[in-house]
Amino acid sequence: MKIEIKNIQKEFKTIGKESVSVLKDINLEMKDGEFFVLLGPSGCGKSTLLNIIAGLENPTGGQLIFDGEVVASENKSECMPPKERNVAMVFQTYALYPHLSVYENIAFPLKIAKMDKSEIDRQVRKSAEILHITNHIDSKPSELSGGERQRVAIARAIVRKPRVLLFDEPLSNLDAQLRTATRIELKKLQRELGITTVYVTHDQVEAMTLGDRVAVLKDGYVQQVDSAINLYEKPANKFVAGFIGFPNMNLFDVEVSKEQEKFYIQFEKDRFYFDPAAVEVGTKYCMGIRPADIEVTDDNENVLKGKIDTMELLGKEVLLYVSSNNMEFSIFTAKKNFKENQEINFRFDQSKIHFFKK
Amino acid sequence: MKNFIKKFESYAFVSPLLVFVALFVLIPIIGSIWTSMFRDVTFLKMKFIFLDNYGDLLRDEGFWKSLRFTLLFIAVTVPLELIIGTAFAVVLDLKIPFRGLLRACVLVPWAIPSAISAKIWELVYNYSYGLANYILLSTGLSEAPVNWIGTDIGAFTTVVVADVWKTAPFVALLVLAGLQSVPSDLRLQAKIDRANFVQTFFLITLPLLKPVLLVSLLFRTIDSLRVFDVIYVLTHGGPGGATTSVSLYAYKYFLGGDFGYGSAISVLLFLVAFVMSVFYIKVSKFQDNL
Ligand SMILES: Nc1ncnc2c1ncn2[C@@H]1O[C@H](COP(=O)(O)OP(=O)(O)OP(=O)(O)O)[C@@H](O)[C@H]1O
Ligand SMILES: [Mg+2]
Repeated sequence: MKIEIKNIQKEFKTIGKESVSVLKDINLEMKDGEFFVLLGPSGCGKSTLLNIIAGLENPTGGQLIFDGEVVASENKSECMPPKERNVAMVFQTYALYPHLSVYENIAFPLKIAKMDKSEIDRQVRKSAEILHITNHIDSKPSELSGGERQRVAIARAIVRKPRVLLFDEPLSNLDAQLRTATRIELKKLQRELGITTVYVTHDQVEAMTLGDRVAVLKDGYVQQVDSAINLYEKPANKFVAGFIGFPNMNLFDVEVSKEQEKFYIQFEKDRFYFDPAAVEVGTKYCMGIRPADIEVTDDNENVLKGKIDTMELLGKEVLLYVSSNNMEFSIFTAKKNFKENQEINFRFDQSKIHFFKK
Repeated sequence: MKNFIKKFESYAFVSPLLVFVALFVLIPIIGSIWTSMFRDVTFLKMKFIFLDNYGDLLRDEGFWKSLRFTLLFIAVTVPLELIIGTAFAVVLDLKIPFRGLLRACVLVPWAIPSAISAKIWELVYNYSYGLANYILLSTGLSEAPVNWIGTDIGAFTTVVVADVWKTAPFVALLVLAGLQSVPSDLRLQAKIDRANFVQTFFLITLPLLKPVLLVSLLFRTIDSLRVFDVIYVLTHGGPGGATTSVSLYAYKYFLGGDFGYGSAISVLLFLVAFVMSVFYIKVSKFQDNL
C-alpha cells in the first residue's frame, strides 16, 4: 500500500502551558512494499509521526493518504480510527498482554476479527513458525527472553496481514549481538511479506542497513529523504552530514577564495588548494569532510599541518584526533605507528569535500 | 558483641510499636478470650464455666439469625461495591474534564465518618419528611409514603444502600490505582489490534485488575463481617432483629451486662475474621511474587 503524508503538522496543547509544535510540515511518500525508515535524534517527533500513521494520534494539519484515500487530516471527521486502517504496530516495549500465553497473544487480533477457531489456529501456528517461536507457544510473556518477546510481538503484528507494518524502535531493548541478527532477519521477513513498512529509529546503523529509503527528521521538518548510500555520500545539509556516518563528519566554517584561477580555503595558517566545485568565491560555507576522506601524507605541498592529540584504535584502523590551525580534525586511517603529540601533514580528498550553504 | 548490639538495636526501634500493638490489640484479644470463659454478668458472681458460653451460643437462634444476616449482607454489599467501585474507577480513569475534582468528589462518602453518613441516610429514609419518600410521592411512583425502616426488606435495603454508598469509593480508589498501573502501551496495542473499548476492558484491563479486585474483595469482606455503625444508627438492628449483625448482637449483650456471652460472640467473630485475614495476607504475598 502506498502512503502519502502531505503537510502533516502536529501541535500538542497542554492546559496552562505553551503548545509545542512537534511536526511542522512533513511531506513523505512511502511506496507499496517499501521498507521506509524514519531516522532522527531523540524527541524529534518520530514516534508522533508513527502514531499519526497508526491512528493513535490525529494530526493538527495536513493529510494522511492510504492508497489515494484520506485516512487522517486536521478535520476530525476525516480521521479513520486505527480499527479501520488495518495497520499493525510493534512497540518498543513489545506491549505483550502479560496475562495471555504466546499463542493467545498472537491470536488476539484474529479473535477480535471474529475469525473462526480452526483458521485462527492455522494462522497463529504459521506466524509462530516464521518467527521460530513454536516451542514457546504455551509460555507466558514473562517467561521469555527479550529477543523471544520481540518475536512474539512481530508474529502478532504480521498474523492478520495488515496493510502497513509500523515499528517503533523495536530493537532498542536487545543486546548488540541480537540486534544485528534480528535486523537481518527483519529485513528478510519484510522482503518476503512485501508489506509496506515504516520503521522508526534513532540508530543510524539500523536505518542504513534496513531502509530501502530513509527520511531524516529534525526540528519538525524532513531534512532529507533518500537511499542510505545517498544520505552518506550526498547529505543535503549540515545536520544530515553530521548525523549520518561513523566516525562523525568533520564540519567547520570556511570561506572560499580564488587566486589566479585556483580555488583555495584559507585556514588560520595553512592554505588548501582544490579543484573548483559548485562553490562561489566569497561566500561563507560550512565545509564537511569525512574522517576517512582525509589522507595523512609525508608531502609538504598543499597540506595542513597538525599535531595528534589522542587516538583510538579501531581494529586495523585508527581514529586520530588532530589539532591544526586552531581547529579539531578527526582522521580515520590505516594503522601506522602514530604517537601522541606527533606532528603530521594531512590533506582532504578533493572529490569528497562537501560544501553546505549557511 | 557487635552482633548482639545490632540485634538489640533493631528490637529497640520496633519496640514502641510492639508496646502499642500489645497494649491495644493483643491484651484486649486475650482478655476477651479469657472473659468468654466466665459467667460474667453484672450483679452476679463471676464463675469459670470454660466453654459453656460457646455451647449456649451454638444453640442460640438469635445468634444464628444475626450470622445469617451478616453473611447475606456481605453477599449483597461486597459484589455491589466491587461492581460500582470498578465502574467509577473506569470513568475516573478516562480523559474527562475536571477529572481531578471528580476523583476528589467520589472519595467524599468514604471520608465522612460512617456514623454521620448513616445519620444522613436516616434523613433520606425518614417516613414523614425524608428525601426518598418525597421523590416517590412527587414523581407519582407511589401513592403513599413507604415505611422504609419498618419492613424487613426495606430495612435491609436501606442498610445496604448506605453501606455501598460509603464504601464503593474505597474500592474505586483501589481499582483506580490498579488501572493506572496497567501500562498504557497495552491499551494502545489493543486499539491497534482493533479491539473496541468494551473488548479492551473485558479482555485486557479486567484480567490485569484481578489481583487488585481480589484484594478489594477480601478487604471488603473482612470489613463487612464486623459491620456495626451504619446499622446501629439507621435501624438499631430492627425490625425485630431483622438487620442485627453479629457485632450488633454481641453489643446488645454487653449493653445488657452479660460480658461473658458478649465476649464469646466477639471471639467467634474474631476467629472468622482472623482466618480470612491470614488468607488475605497469603494472597497479597502471592501477588508480590507475581
Ligand atoms: N502527548 C503529548 N503532549 C505533549 N507533548 C508531547 C506529547 N507526546 C509527545 N510530546 C512531545 O513531542 C516531542 C516528540 O516526541 P516523540 O515521542 O514523537 O519523540 P521521538 O522522536 O519518538 O523520541 P524518542 O527517540 O526519544 O522516542 C517530545 O518533545 C515530546 O515531549
Ligand atoms: Mg519515540
